[in-house]
Amino acid sequence: MNDQKALIQYTLRLADDGLILGHRLSEWCGHGPILEQDIALTNTALDHLGRARSLYQYAAALFNTLPEADKATFFTSVSLQKEVSEGTAIDEDDLAYLRDGWDYRNVLLVERPNEDWAYTVARSFFYDAFNSLFFKELAKSSDESLAAIAEKSLKEVTYHLRWSSEWIVRLGDGTDESHARMHQAINELWAYTGELFTMNDADAAVAAQGIGMDLAALRPQWKELVTLVFEEATMAMPADAWMHTGGKDGRHTEYLGYILAELQFVQRAYPGMEW
Amino acid sequence: MAQQTTNKNEWPLWEVFIRSKAGLDHKHAGSLHAADAEMAIENARDVYTRRMEGVSIWVVESKNIHASDPGEAESLYDPANDKIYRHPTFYNLPDAVKYM
Repeated sequence: MNDQKALIQYTLRLADDGLILGHRLSEWCGHGPILEQDIALTNTALDHLGRARSLYQYAAALFNTLPEADKATFFTSVSLQKEVSEGTAIDEDDLAYLRDGWDYRNVLLVERPNEDWAYTVARSFFYDAFNSLFFKELAKSSDESLAAIAEKSLKEVTYHLRWSSEWIVRLGDGTDESHARMHQAINELWAYTGELFTMNDADAAVAAQGIGMDLAALRPQWKELVTLVFEEATMAMPADAWMHTGGKDGRHTEYLGYILAELQFVQRAYPGMEW
Repeated sequence: MAQQTTNKNEWPLWEVFIRSKAGLDHKHAGSLHAADAEMAIENARDVYTRRMEGVSIWVVESKNIHASDPGEAESLYDPANDKIYRHPTFYNLPDAVKYM
């Protein structure tokens, strides 16, 4: 994989993480346990979506500068490849609406279903804790566009982490039922946290260029952060065991298909539709 | 004794005060439900400062606010009606006094 292609792949993954988690959180809109938390979660969903848009715009701009031969083989989604083969410059909407599941690169964690408040909080907490470390490093990236997006995201992420940490503590150190539900959520989602720190080809290539970083090196800090919150929440740390991976390379759980069906249906049925 | 106005299953009500910019007073913005002060401030941030309305938030549990009785309005406020000498504008300033 050459450097430019790796950078596009990397940027797309960061965008996909934001879009899919944002979509998951947006599913709570109108269904939150109380009005105030409904608004809080919808705000957060929009933060993730906003970050995703900046990253998609950047990825599209990078893609449009690729040599034709590289463009032709970059994606394997039929609808998107058709646009590319017709010589159309692609944009953020094409990336979000015309890629099929196997061209999506998000980590499996963010596509996990909401289930209940405890799952939703635990999923966000694991991801927010990672993001708080990741974007701090990415802000030092040699790629100015990514560094600028990281800088802006850091403020949002700090608030997300504060929100999810507090809910971990509230439910963990709450009633017997809230503790039990949080325990279940944490232990089931734990197996999806390993993928955050794995390095695929794109990760290795951008790290070598000084754009990305060694993700595995973030894990000790991440565990420290998680341990601190879990201690306050009276939650036990799950034991390290086998971890699910695949999302970063386009191998997803069945949940992503359902998300994309809902997300993409209108654009697929009525291409170019605006409202 | 304070009257118990909240249902046991419902989070208490909080009054929110927002300072729109440094140097100005905190103004009453509205109310919301939250389990404790920390959550009340965060909820206030999400509900009342989404459109850049503020730089500082105060919250106080509604039950801690004591209000005057509207039924006593006459005896409380009407007596001030005929006491215009309480306004500084009632007095003529000597020309020698400047910058007032």
